[in-house]
Amino acid sequence: MTLNQLMFILFASIIVVFSILTVTSRRILRAAVYLLFVLISTAGLYFMLNYAFLAAVQLTLYAGGIVVLIIFSILLTSHISLKFEPVEWKKSLFSALAAIAGALITIITILDFTFSATNEAAREVNMRLVGKSLLSVGSDGYILPFEVISVLLLAAMVAAIIIAKKGGPKSTDTQTSNYQ
Amino acid sequence: MNAGIPLSYFLILAAVMFFTGIYGFLTRRNLITILMSVELILNSVNINFLALNRYLFPHKLEGFFFSLFIITVAAAEAAVAIALIINIYRRFTTINVEDVNIMKY
Repeated sequence: MTLNQLMFILFASIIVVFSILTVTSRRILRAAVYLLFVLISTAGLYFMLNYAFLAAVQLTLYAGGIVVLIIFSILLTSHISLKFEPVEWKKSLFSALAAIAGALITIITILDFTFSATNEAAREVNMRLVGKSLLSVGSDGYILPFEVISVLLLAAMVAAIIIAKKGGPKSTDTQTSNYQ
Repeated sequence: MNAGIPLSYFLILAAVMFFTGIYGFLTRRNLITILMSVELILNSVNINFLALNRYLFPHKLEGFFFSLFIITVAAAEAAVAIALIINIYRRFTTINVEDVNIMKY
């Protein structure tokens, strides 16, 4: 067994174990921390696939940004030692059956299919290439999705501010007494 | 760096992660944990894209940019979803999906 395979097994087992813990843990803050482990091991897999830039993006944006955002919202909305009630066995059983059946079908299909790789030389993905591709048109240019994603990010930012802001037309609502 | 690891290992790992996310999505009741399951699903899709890009089309960059855009969309989605969750919490003082049913019927 080579070092590559050893690293892959390590990352894969961390991902599998902690993603199962993420969806089954009854303490919400622990679930968030388990999710952080999963995201960091995913970044490790990206490093193994030789996509260093994307691994860095994964670490900063997912592990650094989204998990912190999730932990903040957990601290804002629930008590730190909150423990969920256990899921009813019926719901858990049928969800698990659906998930396992889906996973089995997918895995059988993957093992059945023969992938044929091209013989073209691999391309080094460095920052210069990424930047050039993002800002060019043509067969290797991605300027249209880049622009779309910039507009989407702006819209999401404005929407998040508008939604989470206090007051506005919603303050006339008398749905609950503790709403200010 | 991926020598000795077949492509199907990556795909199987991504499938397991995806369906773990599906399980969490179906069983969880708290909105934040549902959001975390969605993040798991998006991550497994990213692994798929990158593994296929590296193994089958190493001279192209489609999978790379797709996963870059997926990460961006996930960030935007998390921001908006958490704003919505905080707003729901202000109105109902709970983020349990079963208690937030004012628009039902």
